[in-house]
Amino acid sequence: MNAELIIFYLFSIFLIISSMRVVISNNPVKSAIYLVSSFFCSAVLWLLLGAEFLSVILILVYVGAVMVLFLFVVMMLDINLSEATGGFVKYLNEGIFVFIIMSALLILFFQNQFADTDKNIITEINIISDSNTKNLGYILYTEYILAFEIAAVILLLGIISAITLTHKKKSDNKFQDPDIQVNVKKEDRIFIVKDEDLK
Amino acid sequence: MIPMSHYLFLSSILFSISLAGIFLNRKNILIMLMSLELMFLSINFNFIIFGNYLGDLTGQIFVFFILTVIAAESAIGLAIIVVLYRNRHSINVDDIGNLKG
Repeated sequence: MNAELIIFYLFSIFLIISSMRVVISNNPVKSAIYLVSSFFCSAVLWLLLGAEFLSVILILVYVGAVMVLFLFVVMMLDINLSEATGGFVKYLNEGIFVFIIMSALLILFFQNQFADTDKNIITEINIISDSNTKNLGYILYTEYILAFEIAAVILLLGIISAITLTHKKKSDNKFQDPDIQVNVKKEDRIFIVKDEDLK
Repeated sequence: MIPMSHYLFLSSILFSISLAGIFLNRKNILIMLMSLELMFLSINFNFIIFGNYLGDLTGQIFVFFILTVIAAESAIGLAIIVVLYRNRHSINVDDIGNLKG
């Protein structure tokens, strides 16, 4: 029983427990916190698999950004908790049924296909250097450069759609309308008053 | 050295838990979205494991792109939930049946 195996079992048990708490918990804030904990555990397991860059990215992007977004939305919505809870027992049988069937199928499949390939797993893949980040960057900026640019466009799409969905247009705001400004006529602004009219 | 099948069992259990979570949480659409995130996490696990098994870094590149897409997806999903709550004052999944689809 070496240290690597102990770390693996410890963090996989933590991961399973915290992901169950995400599903079971009635309070969305608690769910979000347990989701953070399960992301941490899986980042540690990715480190064991030799994917250092991705595990750091998982913590920085997920725990740092996406989970904060989730918590913001949970706080903003001000959900009535007594209304949001319950209804859990109603679908308990279906949930347990789906869990047992799905996990049994997947575990049987993996057991049959990959039980005898245990020694083949490689945690260090070297292309240009020992560093995982350098290798990833090398592949990403040469072979997958088009996919990288498409990913940037997808992020832009995410920004634009999130803003346009949630942006509220207020009717009492003062703003300029360039169309009206350009199309204004001389008669709209100046009234010529003749001298006889005043008398 | 950790056997590869143990990682695969872990990811399949994670996937099943999140799938059951989507079935269980009919009251709260936010927890449904969180279960979806967990599901993506188990998929990413599988990508890294099989990439290591084949001795290829392409699996990790795929995980990188999946992480990008999930970030955009969760931002849009949360925006939709905010708009939904603004219009209906509820995030109960059973209430969102008006289209009768």
